[in-house]
Amino acid sequence: GVMAAPRDGTLSWFLALTLGVSLIKFLLIKAYHSTDFEVHRNWLAITHSLPVSKWYFEETSEWTLDYPPFFAWFEYGLSHIAKYFDEEMLVVQNLTYASPATILFQRLSVIFTDLVFVYAVKECCKCVQGGKRPRDILGSPSFVLAVLLLWNFGLLIVDHIHFQYNGFLFGVFLLSVARHFQGRHLEGAFLFAVLLNLKHIYLYIAPAYGIYLLRSFCLIQDNSDGSLKWRNFSFIRLAALGIIVCSVFALSFGPFLALDQLPQVLSRLFPFKRGLCHAYWAPNFWALYNAADKALSVLGIKLKLLDVAKLPKASMTGGLVQEFQHSVLPSVSPLITLICTLISVSPALFSIWHRPCGARGFLRCCVICALGSFLFGWHVHEKAILMAILPLSILAVESKDDAGVFLILATTGHLSLFPLLFTTPEFPIKILLMLLFTLYSFTSLKRLFRPECCLINTVESVYLSGLIPLEIFCELIYPLTSWQQTFPFIPLLLTSVYCAFGIIYSFFRLYGILLRGPRYTTKRKSH
Amino acid sequence: METWAVASICVLLGLTARWTVSLNSYSGASKAPMFGDYEAQRHWQEVTFNLPVRQWYFNTTDNDLKYWGLDYPPLTAFHSLLCAHIANLINPDWIELHKSRGYESPAHKFFMRATVIFADVLIYIPAVVVYCLYLAQGSSKTKSSALLCILLYPGLILIDNGHFQYNSVSLGLALWGVLGLGCGHDLLGSLAFTLALSYKQMELYHALPFFWYLLGKCGKLGLTGKGLILLVKISLTVLVSFALCWLPFLFDPQQTLQVIHRLFPMARGLFEDKVANVWCSLNILVKIKTLLSVDTQIYLSFGTTLLAVLPSSIKLLMKPTFWQFRLALMNSSLAFFLFSFQVHEKSILLAALPACLLLNELPLMSVWFLHTSTFSMLPLLLKDNLFQPYIITSLGFIVFSLYLFSAVDRSSVDDLRLGPCCRLTGTNFLWFSFSTVVKLQFALSVLTMAGLSFMSAALEPPAKLPDLFPVLVSACACVHFLGFLLYFNLVQLTESPRSDKKKIN
Repeated sequence: GVMAAPRDGTLSWFLALTLGVSLIKFLLIKAYHSTDFEVHRNWLAITHSLPVSKWYFEETSEWTLDYPPFFAWFEYGLSHIAKYFDEEMLVVQNLTYASPATILFQRLSVIFTDLVFVYAVKECCKCVQGGKRPRDILGSPSFVLAVLLLWNFGLLIVDHIHFQYNGFLFGVFLLSVARHFQGRHLEGAFLFAVLLNLKHIYLYIAPAYGIYLLRSFCLIQDNSDGSLKWRNFSFIRLAALGIIVCSVFALSFGPFLALDQLPQVLSRLFPFKRGLCHAYWAPNFWALYNAADKALSVLGIKLKLLDVAKLPKASMTGGLVQEFQHSVLPSVSPLITLICTLISVSPALFSIWHRPCGARGFLRCCVICALGSFLFGWHVHEKAILMAILPLSILAVESKDDAGVFLILATTGHLSLFPLLFTTPEFPIKILLMLLFTLYSFTSLKRLFRPECCLINTVESVYLSGLIPLEIFCELIYPLTSWQQTFPFIPLLLTSVYCAFGIIYSFFRLYGILLRGPRYTTKRKSH
Repeated sequence: METWAVASICVLLGLTARWTVSLNSYSGASKAPMFGDYEAQRHWQEVTFNLPVRQWYFNTTDNDLKYWGLDYPPLTAFHSLLCAHIANLINPDWIELHKSRGYESPAHKFFMRATVIFADVLIYIPAVVVYCLYLAQGSSKTKSSALLCILLYPGLILIDNGHFQYNSVSLGLALWGVLGLGCGHDLLGSLAFTLALSYKQMELYHALPFFWYLLGKCGKLGLTGKGLILLVKISLTVLVSFALCWLPFLFDPQQTLQVIHRLFPMARGLFEDKVANVWCSLNILVKIKTLLSVDTQIYLSFGTTLLAVLPSSIKLLMKPTFWQFRLALMNSSLAFFLFSFQVHEKSILLAALPACLLLNELPLMSVWFLHTSTFSMLPLLLKDNLFQPYIITSLGFIVFSLYLFSAVDRSSVDDLRLGPCCRLTGTNFLWFSFSTVVKLQFALSVLTMAGLSFMSAALEPPAKLPDLFPVLVSACACVHFLGFLLYFNLVQLTESPRSDKKKIN
């Protein structure tokens, strides 16, 4: 469907793209699913068969409910359709229940709730500039954006193979972004408040929302020199915002406050008992830190500077354990990661406060917040990189600089998702879908900015090409060697360390663009 | 975007569809004692790997021909042997003599699926890419649309990557043959086609057009001069390549006869299971299978097949152009499918290949035919638990092919190339009404097929008529195929001598 032809208006190609990717999703119903499948089945059962007061206390399954209340209500709603497929899946005691009807229902629920995402993408496509060349719809920014979002590799494998509801959640997020682009700020704020109560990981980008709304919505019209005048501050707008946000939160957490369960709910939402890094190290700053620690300890033992007996055991047996104890470098606490995160995003926040660049500046700040928290956050999942890749797609079709960053970030970020799918039958699928998305994003973005020169420089392209031998080594060669038995974690470590460099680099380049101001391609010639 | 990028994206989409379909079940999965085509292919690996060549086609103590005995030509056997050597490297249990019968495991499934897709990548897909980019006509948009549609044709994907067979090898080789002839490399083309024929005897459905086209071409060059030389060259190529493929079986006449006997099992009757051909459909009304003796059945089917391919053969011999050649391939394979002896439902894939090659010129009819051909295999797909991928891939194929070619809008008399026919017979359609009738028929037919598909999957047949839905499906498909045979023959036979200069390179 990539070359869906323009026939009658924008609707037909958009529908064709949607149908195409939906059919692929349907074909993936039979694919492997991770334990997240059981997590969501369990939540269906909890919300369906227990009263609200027990939702956040139930712990028959180890996968307790740890998403905010709106998501629980979302599962509650789904469970009322689920009962027509197979009632057994709604029994809390039926652990790891996965009948064909259950699988079908859960997969279909992801595919159909993705319609929110489809609608949001449609709204985003309306917001990008330069879509006024009806002759060449395939080369228009809105077409490219639609493909980059709808056919996003990460969403496909995380939602439709691994199993999660990110499509629906990103739908709400992108819709909120689109509303800000359209100047409908109150609606945007409302959607974001709802989103926070669906999945609290979006708290990471809340600072960008806060600053942006205060500066560009509550402060009515700036002077042309951009100086700040507090008498332009609209308390009515602030009050409207406050009422909307507070009522959403009241609706969500109110019942639990009334039941006097708020501490329990919050302890479920923020489990700081988990380790610094997730089971598989997300390619962030801490992956590099851990790797450095490991390298130093190995070096220390070789040089007889360290005593093996005194080292914490886990550090020598694998990188797969949750609790990683540092042997040379100082250990890291949640507070330190929080401080690092705040430091990393604060220049961006200051920048959009002092020099607001409209909705695009806000969106770039969102991406930086998502990336900053990804790089320095506590117990970060590799999937969180999608929070940066998806919004960056919108910027990428409008400016050449962002397009370059997007190519680096998307390629490394998506490759770092590979370890999520470790089963053999899914290996060809991830390779094929990755090639499909990468090939399309490179060729279409290059074509979009064709009169200008290449989007990425030589060093960057060498780095990205390095991902190919890395992947071949990790997934094809290494398993055949004898080290696979003794050091099974080496491929994961290599992948996350290598990808971490690309993601950190993209972070700094995005900062560069934010501080310098992007060069929009309004001068772009049509070819 | 550049052509190479679009083509790669189409190929990647085709491969994705293939691999996702292959996650599904295969023919005879865990259905002891006979299993299905998956086990047949595995068993051939076992036999060819462990037994000497002279035992392959014979019933011996180690080779029970009643249990999936080898009944394809030598090239298939060699292919099995090659796969068996790779299997032996990975896990010798997979092909251990006797003990490996009915072997099933996720790893083995992955291996078998991978061999199919590997053959696809090596033979079929490059042929399709070359055909669409270099031989097919039209704008680059039409070319890439054709590429995408051919690669997403559900029939082949469902049979090869779902049910489990290696049709893409023989079809791919035949397509390389077509490409050779289309590009003027007649010798290479005949070589490729000979290989196809040595891989699967069903390629005989395509043999007549190859023969008449080459003969006609030689005749045009003059059968006393250049033409004769070309004819001799082609015959030598065919003979030598046949001899090479069949080498181990040629020294002993008994061996040769046994192989041929295995390839054409006349005793198995006019048709098997439910096939959408004339005999099976006729059998609903008249029980020909029991009324007539086997010999009569053979003569009857032979005669009718010959009669059905005769007109298109003669026309091709008189006018050996590439356009005529493709139409003749269509007509010949469809006639063989409808009238010949011992036809399998999967043999419709042989007619689907030429239909794919006509997508650019006759989009509506080709799409319609391709969709019907997938539908005609529904009973088989239901047996294999492939209903879900059948629905998804068929829906995708029909929507995208109609959309990319704007096929429904191209339904006028001229679009369907029926202009000459109308002029010949003096029929004078009101243009708009002809197009409307075609559209209505198309819509009605697609809806009927969709309805029958869902009924077959969802409804219990009445106790008295357990085969109700398979019979309805094959009868419905058969009526369609007869219509298509008539249509494609009309297009081929009435093509006027003047208009072809524009159409043919």
